[in-house]
Amino acid sequence: MAPEAKIVGALVLVACIALTPREAIWAFAAYATLIAVLVVISRVSPGFLFLRLVAVAPFVLFALFIPFIASGERTEIWGVPVSVDGLWGAWNVLAKALLGASVSIVLTATTEVADILRGTGVLRVPALFTSIAMFMIRYLELIVDELGRMRVAMASRGFEPRWLHQARPIANSAGALFVRSYERGERVHSAMLARGFTGTMPTLGHRRARPAEWLSVASIIAVCLTVLAVAMVTT
Amino acid sequence: MVLAMHAPDGFLNAGTALATGVISVIVVGFALKQARSQLKDKAIPLAGIAAAFVFAAQMFNFPVAAGTTGHLIGGALAAILLGPSVGVIVVTIVVVIQALAFADGGLTALGYNVLNMAVIPAYGGYAIFRLARRVLPLSTGGVIGATGIAAWTSVVMSAIGFSIQWLFGATAPVAFDDVFVAMVGVHSLIGIGETVISALAIGAVLASRPDLVYAAQDLDRAQLSDTNVRTRPFVMGGLLVALVFAAVVSQFAADDPDGLERVAEDTGFATSGSDTAWGDLVFADYATSGIANETVSLAVAGVVGIFVALAVASGIFLAVRERRSRDPAPL
Repeated sequence: MAPEAKIVGALVLVACIALTPREAIWAFAAYATLIAVLVVISRVSPGFLFLRLVAVAPFVLFALFIPFIASGERTEIWGVPVSVDGLWGAWNVLAKALLGASVSIVLTATTEVADILRGTGVLRVPALFTSIAMFMIRYLELIVDELGRMRVAMASRGFEPRWLHQARPIANSAGALFVRSYERGERVHSAMLARGFTGTMPTLGHRRARPAEWLSVASIIAVCLTVLAVAMVTT
Repeated sequence: MVLAMHAPDGFLNAGTALATGVISVIVVGFALKQARSQLKDKAIPLAGIAAAFVFAAQMFNFPVAAGTTGHLIGGALAAILLGPSVGVIVVTIVVVIQALAFADGGLTALGYNVLNMAVIPAYGGYAIFRLARRVLPLSTGGVIGATGIAAWTSVVMSAIGFSIQWLFGATAPVAFDDVFVAMVGVHSLIGIGETVISALAIGAVLASRPDLVYAAQDLDRAQLSDTNVRTRPFVMGGLLVALVFAAVVSQFAADDPDGLERVAEDTGFATSGSDTAWGDLVFADYATSGIANETVSLAVAGVVGIFVALAVASGIFLAVRERRSRDPAPL
């Protein structure tokens, strides 16, 4: 499926989730079902999804703390006083964070980064952004690899920095790496210009979204908006 | 395992998400206009590489306190290397790509994530950098010192920005005071990491390719070779930290009695104490008499206290130093 359609669909779905009032628990169940359907269709493995969801753990932890530190009228759960408003707040953060992250994870698991960038370009994001972003992606793996090799080299010579005050050699090497990468980037850029680079990458392999794809996205959007509308009206 | 560091969807309410989104779009749009005129063709690879570096650097967490880790934001560094407009765009791209392509940060949270992680650190950090450079020597050492100060301040400003957004758009009834103190406190520590890494990185780039550093273009060769970071940046930085805590964070100090007072009240000897003879002075009880507004009163008292302590300590230090130089060591 073309990336621009997926991006639009994901954005609308996440916006609906974020706008849904927290008391409409059924709405969140509906969204979760929709996301589960998407997971099945896209053949993303549920294990992978849960693994990536762990990344939201800090906010989950914060959410679990909220009922205890929040203000407002209190009630008791197993003898522990918690704030009612705090419980709703915790539910709100948990549901929206987890569902929103799931949508993002499905999107990123089914679309290559370069495709996502081309999709944003189709969606009228300025070319300056997408070209800088493309260069970033291109160099990211290179730089991460080189930094990793540097760390291995240092470790094999007996230096495994763990604390901030030991950061100097790494920062110095990183600075040198930055300069080397920049000079390589200059050479690459000159080479590209010499081969007729006009400022934007030619989108040879990029197939525009077909009407059928827009239709399926539209159906997802319709479902979301209906759920949202009903939730807002009935709460 | 990488933990998501950027706020997820629904963390702040819809109104705040929308408002910060609009602000971010406007500011980044403005930066785009500025950058287009500044960015000649060659600089796009540089911006891309800087973005890749910021991205890679953000992947490495460092421990700051029990159980908490921080990571580099890189906004101030990007602004100093590339100029504020291009710097803002670079860090914005990092945040947006992290959300869009790496599921780090909610898609609807982009408004405030971009504002806090890109706009505030880059523009705010650059402003502090320029201020610091006015006061520091005109040399590589001065640039490095200014970078350090700007980096710390940019992180703290980012935390303050989020706290203010929480004031308007909290989705959970946690008091602004608690959030502010927690955020500013933790980020004051994270800022130390940002300072060290930014200063070292700028030093490394200045050592080999000073022409790449936007904010050091005004230095000539002689000034560039002066890499001595004297103590002034550290003094300034320390003063800044002390002032932030005395004037701003102190506002959120708990009103509850401290250990001794509490024990005194409980056991009943609180009343047997008498007010000191200093009880009627201008700054009694950490408030400034004559200033009705409590906030300002507390802030003024804190700031004056810092300067008095600084003056007294400096005086003692000068006296000891002069005395030492007067009595030469016996041969």
